[in-house]
This record gives sequence, C-alpha cells and structure tokens, in this order.
Amino acid sequence: MAVRRLHSDQPSHFAFTPENLAWAATLIAKFPDGKQASAVIPLLWRAQEQNGGWVSEPALRAVADLLGMAYIRVYEIATFYTMFQLSPVGKKAHVQVCGTTPCMLRGSGGLIEVCERRIAHHQHELSGDGNFSWEEVECLGSCANAPLVQIGKDTYEDLTPEQLERILDSYEKGQHVLPGSQTGRKASCPKTGPTTLTDPALYDGTVASEWRKRFPEITGDEPKAASLGAAAVADAGPATPAATPAPHPAALAAMANAGLVSELEKRGSKPLSVDEIERLKGVYAKPAAAASVEKTAGAEPELLKAPNGEADLLTLIWGIGPKLEEQLNALGIWHFSQIAVWTTDNIAWADAKIADLARRANRDKWVEQAKKLMTGWRPESAAGDKPKG
Amino acid sequence: MLTDKDRIFRNIYGFHDVSLKGARTRGAWDHTKVLIDKGPDWIINEVKASGLRGRGGAGFPTGLKWSFMPSDKRKEDTGDKRPSYLVVNADESEPGSCKDREILRHDAHLLVEGALIASYAMRAHTCYVYVRGEYIREREALQRAIDEAYAAKLIGRDNVHGWDFDIFVHHGAGAYICGEETAMLESIEGKKGQPRLKPPFPANVGLWGCPTTINNVESIAVVPEILRRGSSWFSGLGKPNNTGTKLFQISGHVERPCVVEEEMGIPLRELLDKHCGGVRGGWDNLLAVIPGGSSVALVPAHECQDLTMDFDALSKVKSGLGTAAVIVMDKSTDIVKAIARISYFYKHESCGQCTPCREGTGWMWRVVDRMARGEAEKSEIDKLLDVTKQVEGHTICALGDAAAWPVQGLIRHFRDEIERRIDTYHASHREAAE
Repeated sequence: MAVRRLHSDQPSHFAFTPENLAWAATLIAKFPDGKQASAVIPLLWRAQEQNGGWVSEPALRAVADLLGMAYIRVYEIATFYTMFQLSPVGKKAHVQVCGTTPCMLRGSGGLIEVCERRIAHHQHELSGDGNFSWEEVECLGSCANAPLVQIGKDTYEDLTPEQLERILDSYEKGQHVLPGSQTGRKASCPKTGPTTLTDPALYDGTVASEWRKRFPEITGDEPKAASLGAAAVADAGPATPAATPAPHPAALAAMANAGLVSELEKRGSKPLSVDEIERLKGVYAKPAAAASVEKTAGAEPELLKAPNGEADLLTLIWGIGPKLEEQLNALGIWHFSQIAVWTTDNIAWADAKIADLARRANRDKWVEQAKKLMTGWRPESAAGDKPKG
Repeated sequence: MLTDKDRIFRNIYGFHDVSLKGARTRGAWDHTKVLIDKGPDWIINEVKASGLRGRGGAGFPTGLKWSFMPSDKRKEDTGDKRPSYLVVNADESEPGSCKDREILRHDAHLLVEGALIASYAMRAHTCYVYVRGEYIREREALQRAIDEAYAAKLIGRDNVHGWDFDIFVHHGAGAYICGEETAMLESIEGKKGQPRLKPPFPANVGLWGCPTTINNVESIAVVPEILRRGSSWFSGLGKPNNTGTKLFQISGHVERPCVVEEEMGIPLRELLDKHCGGVRGGWDNLLAVIPGGSSVALVPAHECQDLTMDFDALSKVKSGLGTAAVIVMDKSTDIVKAIARISYFYKHESCGQCTPCREGTGWMWRVVDRMARGEAEKSEIDKLLDVTKQVEGHTICALGDAAAWPVQGLIRHFRDEIERRIDTYHASHREAAE
C-alpha cells in the first residue's frame, strides 16, 4: 500500500466557488437521501482541480463539512486514493508516467529518464521554475498504446523519449498538443490498419437488422413455438411445489448468502446441516453453469414402456437413491444399458423432467458407472461406489 | 475463424460515428422493447444458455450471477422493500487490460443499452457505472452517450421501454483494488476501497445494504446482441464452457499491439500473427507470455505453441484467461525484472486491510527485486515460494492471490534464470573480495 501524508506547508483556507457548489448539489442528487458521503471522491477531485492540482488540508475540511462527514473519513479517502495529489504540482503540467510492466516492456524507462533530467530528480518535486512536476504511476489502462503519459485529462500514447521532450516543450510554451497516439494511429487499432471490421455490411444496416427475423413480434408473423426454443424448454422445467412449508431459517440465511436460493427452493423445507450447506456451496457454482447450458438443447433418449425382463437395480449407481430410481422408472428408464448410452443432450432432456438431474448425473458420472455395471461388475455397497475425482 | 458479421463491437476503434445516431445504424437500441417485453426470466435464461462468463477476469457465469438477485416474487414473499442495484465495473486497472476503455469511448451505447436490459432483468431501477479515475475522457464519452439516451427517452423516468431506469456515472481516484466488487461498493459508499468479507454476498447485501450485482463493462455490453441473435448463436462461437467472442488486448513485444475482438479459444499464435504482425523478431524470439493480465502466471514459450486462449486451456497450464490481456515478452526481456515490476504494482495497490497481503506484497517485491540483480541466496527461492503460498488464499479478496501467482509462475518456469543471476552476482563479488 502507498503510505502518504499531507504536505507540511498548508494554505490557511479553501472555499468552493459558487459554480462548484451548485455542481456539488447535482452530484449529491445522484445518490439516495442520506447517502451524500458517496459524493466524496468526485467532490475531492473537483476541489483538487479548483486548487491548482492538489488537495490541501483546508480543502479536505471543506469537503467534509459539505457532506456532513467526519474530517478523518475524508482524510482517509484523500490519503488512500493516489490520484489525490497531497503536495503542490507543476503549474503547467504534472506528468504521470505509467511504469508498470506492459509500458516498461515498451520503453517507459526512457520516459522516466526524460522526466528526471528535465523536470526534477525526484517524483512529486517541482521543477526549478515551478511549472512542472512528475510521478511514476501504476497501470494507466492503455497497454496496447504503451508507453504513455497522462497530463491532466489527456493521455499521450505510443511515445518515444524524443516525443515526450517535444510535448513538454509545447506545454512549456502553452501550446496545445493533440492527445492520443503520437504515431498517428487511431486508438488501439493495429498501426498498419484494422485487421477486422472491414465488412461494409456492418455499417449499412444489413447485419444490424438481420436478427429481427427471429422475432415474430417485429416481422408481424404468427408466433412460432420453436422460434425461442431455449426459453420454451426452460419453462417446461419443474415448477416449485406451491405449498412448500417455510424452510429452516438458518439454512435460508446461509444459502441466501451464497446465492443458492433456487437450490433451496428445489429441496423443499428440509433443514440442512452446516456441512451440507458447505458442500452444496462447493458443488453448486461449477456444474450448475454447465447444466444450465445443456438445458437449452435436449434430446429424448431411448425409453421403454416396461422393463425388458427384470429391471436393473438403478440404485447401484452411486448418486441414485430409491426416489430417483422411481422417477427414472416413471420416465421409462429401467436398465443400466439405457443410461450407459446417454449423451449430454439426453441428460439435458432428463434434467427437464427431473429437477437437478444433470448436475448430479455429471458430478457422479452416471454414464460411466452404468457402463461399468453393464460388464457385470457390482459395487461393494448397495448404494454404489462413489466415483473417484 | 470469426467473421466480421459475428463481431459485437463494431466501432471499437472509433472509426465511425459514436453518437446515438451512429450507434443505431450499427444495431444498438433496435427494438429493445421487444427484448424487454420477453420478461426477466427469459432474459436471464438466454444469458445463462449463451454460456457467457464474466469478462472481468474471474469468468463466473453471468446469467447465474443474475439469478442470485431477488425476484419480485421473493421480495414480495419476504416483505423486502429494498431497491436492487446494478453496478457496472469500469475500473479497468489490471496491467495489460485496455478493452473497457475502447467500449466507453467508442461503443458506449452498447453498454447503456445492456445496463438497461440487465437492470430490468434483475429488477433494478438504478445503475452506477464506476469508471476508474484516470479515464477522464472515457467518462465524458460515456456521459455523452447517457445524455443522448435520456434525451431520446430510451432511459429515465417514463421511457419508451416501460421500465424506469436511471444510470449514473461515478468514478474512482486511482485505486486498483476498487475493481474488486465489494471494494467498489465501499468506494461508491464514500469509503476507502477495502474489500468486504463474504458472505453476505452483494446479491443479498450490497450497495447501501441492498441487493446488488456487479458486472464488468464487456459482460454487460454484449448482452443486447446475445438476446437479439439468440443464445445459441453466442454459444456456437468459441469452445464448450468458453463460449462467444472476447476482446483481446495485446501489448508488449509484438510488432503491432492492438485491441481486437476474436473468438474465444483462438490459438495464441494465430491471434498474434493475424492481428499483431507476430512476435517482435519472429515466433522463435518469444520468451513468455502473460495471457490474462498481470494477475496470472506467465506461460513460457515452449508451452505457447499450441496454446488456445480460453479459461479452461489456460488454467490447464496453471495460468488463466483473466481479462484476456496478453502481455508478450521476447527474448530481450529481463524476465525477473518484469515480474518484479508486477510485484511492485501489487505492493503499491494492496489496500492494507489483511496482514498477509499488506506485508507479503512488499516482502515479495523486495526479494524478487533483489533476485533480479542476483543479490540473493539460492535458498531464498524456496522461501519466497513458501511466502507466496502463505499469502495466497489467506486474504479477504483475491489481490493476495493475484500478487502471489506471477511470482509462483516465475519460479516455476525461470528458476534456472534466477539461479544463474545469483551465481553471476556471487562470482563477481568473490572476485572483488579477492
């Protein structure tokens, strides 16, 4: 962290101009009533601009008084956020050189040398005439245009030390320098011209209007059931039972914190142990994402009205209990051989019928287990063998 | 290969009109009401089905994140009167990253439209866009786009879309840590940007204690296009679990550094050769790349040959896609110094809240910096590695991890180089002593 202190030599007072006070009122209005402290950073920034590029101690107090904040809170903000200059800066320019790795790789060291030689040996030190100062800052977020400096509101990009010298000459004379890339390229476009976005169809409305065909509301056609397949399948998903008793309050709080409310709703009111909540949190995030993608597709697997001979004991698959077995049987799935040939689309189909099936089937590798069971192999436990990994 | 027709950011370099009129000719704000009228569930399901993973670095599925927000029904059932908020994270500060900047400057209407749709889906009437303090011109550009949208009644009270919606631009003042979602909330509340302990998660207790979702600029800006063209269009691009297109930002030792939208899972070499004129001095001159911004471990050249740019492939080589900010380093690079500079960055940006990070980042920087000069003992390499493991995973937010990983990557792949420097240093000092 950066340890920063206020300047030793402070002016006696600071007052916002009437224009800035009026602006502050519009700023505070952006936030809900009573939350005016949210305006502290933009307001300090405005104070810095009004004060010639740095915030003085009286300015901190002026901001605190305006927002009804304790002085120490505003002091914390000013010392924490490094764009607040705590000591006077050059009258004509304060040069911020980005020195982080992407800029370093492309020669920011040379820019720093220029500043050291031309402005002052140390950062935050004024040049002899008081017109310039400089500092090395952390990444300025223009890495494809490295190296660069920021002066005031503008950045000067793709710089060489010679160009920086010329820019400083111009500031010295009070001349405007065109900001942006100094090699003449546009923004972060490759310097020899764009390698993409050259298709005129992007700009004559062809591509822009293409999508409308998907929506009968726009084309005026009769709505087609299949046009929005994803939503239709998702809607067909299991509905939450209407009369679910209130869940255990502790479970509700913990799972709401983890954002797992939908999971909880599916599981009904069964109180969950702490261990179970922790486990759920762990397993939820990853496969749920994959499962939700799969839900969009879905193809019906091979189903049987009745078992061929004797039904297999599906509970031998780890992860399938008697209740799930019953549900699978009801769908027409009786044999290991049926599960062994499931594709992801089949799982997605089944997931739409049985709540949360895809996640469990993927996590516990049902297909793999079913294949193994088809070979005649049997697990040691009646609940199945937990698959490794 | 991605064709121009499948690119979402059609004005990323700003060659075309950035105003509302210009944005409309490229497809923004076209029949947005049709999308909104489909309802929040449809929107969230489409985003889920598209496989969109957050573009801010962690890659968490965006639709899933949105579904954690309380629905109208749940709010009614629990008597919850709190408003919901969307916060757009435009605090782009990860070294190497410079994509959101281009969206804010040149394609801001995609963001404003996306923010409306996302807010509607999450039942939020208010959105704050937190732009990093240094992006002053970008902030102005975004504000212009917002003003245009208000004037055209696309957003605001009683707008044409039937969902009251306010969007405010807020800004930081030079603190990388405010890109961490809970630090960002603290910062918006007018405090130091120090991350909050989770749980409670922001979807439950966020901005001013209200349900809040924080999304990256790019994640929000791609949403309108996904809804228009369909989740299957987006999920058909890229690779399974790594779908869609992505803005890649290539910096460092390539002939032509640039920002470019490409398909997820594009081979690294193709990305560099096609858009950047290749590695400076040719592919064989490559030393290593940092594929996802400074927080991820570097990947040495010999592992880059067939590397594809997606979350899963990069985590297999113990690195990460992060923000897809590719920092390329050729053989002229002082690799230890390059990583030391990253360590300095984290030392500078640690918020100071957790001891392992506050003390550890400075310690790691000082040691790596000495190693860059060879001024160290070989036994210190393992000690350094041990310290990185003690920082990693022992802090409230991921900055500690982000500081540890680059150093771990350096030791994993360039231990020889560090040892060589230590030998050289010791040899020269022995001579001096004799």
